Amino acid sequence: MSSHAAEAAPHGHTHRDDVGSKMGMWLFLFTELILFGGMFIVYAVYRYMHQAEFHLAATELDRLVGTVNTIVLLTSSLTVAMSITAIQEGKKSLAMFLVGMTLVLALAFLVNKYFEWDHKFTVGLYPGSPELVNKPQGVVLYFGLYYVMTGLHALHVIIGMVVLAVMMGFIRTGTIHKGSYVRLEAGALYWHLVDIIWIFLFPLFYLLH
Amino acid sequence: MEQHDHSSSPHDAPHTVSYVTYLLIWLALVMLTGLTVALAGVDLGRWIIITALTIASIKTMLVLEVFMHLKFEDKTFRLFVLVACVTFAIFITLTFFDYAFA
Repeated sequence: MSSHAAEAAPHGHTHRDDVGSKMGMWLFLFTELILFGGMFIVYAVYRYMHQAEFHLAATELDRLVGTVNTIVLLTSSLTVAMSITAIQEGKKSLAMFLVGMTLVLALAFLVNKYFEWDHKFTVGLYPGSPELVNKPQGVVLYFGLYYVMTGLHALHVIIGMVVLAVMMGFIRTGTIHKGSYVRLEAGALYWHLVDIIWIFLFPLFYLLH
Repeated sequence: MEQHDHSSSPHDAPHTVSYVTYLLIWLALVMLTGLTVALAGVDLGRWIIITALTIASIKTMLVLEVFMHLKFEDKTFRLFVLVACVTFAIFITLTFFDYAFA
């Protein structure tokens, strides 16, 4: 049960405060909430001012791609959550496999995103494109927000992948183990936040029409 | 809770969530995604944004409570999240007051 205390004890005076560490991570996540939250407010105001044009612009997005990516990201959250149970049970290889699965799914998300953006660029819908500048202001604003918000989100996916890859290395070397896995928990918290942001981005950009 | 010998630190006993629980939550999240996509095809008028945000909030609650272990952590965490959400809600409300009456 109390494997935390039991396994930390033989190492002597290593003072660890897992609750404090997690609280620090949560505080960091709140700064992320404000970062994305500010953008969601900008989105809300512009959408309020240009309702018809936002609906028109949203028809350009592929709902199927968005849905697939949502499920991919939800599944990646599942695997990283399960990796914590695995490490708590001392199943090192299973934990590594689950974090690895998370990385694979994250990559799948980015590949999807790449093709999606690539398609938009091909049809001339990118910030400042001749095609876009001739469209109504609401459409220009919609695509500006679309690129900034999904772009910043994709950047978070990449950062999350790096963090989780490091965690995977820590599990392999034994730095993260049954008695000490707060690092993995913090990495997973970050990953779930990335998932939550997408949970809101998806309906707001893809399901408008 | 498991409070044996060391009464001062009940958090030393980690809460292990079963794989089945995680799978069920994931299933609920996927079903809610399906629901929000299906509802997007229905003409709900101004309700479309309200239903979409409600479903997104339910999904977020599930992720927060189970995947992010909020349900099993110290109550302080819940208070933190509440304060952060209320702060954000105030930002939104003040912004919209500005636009509604400007």
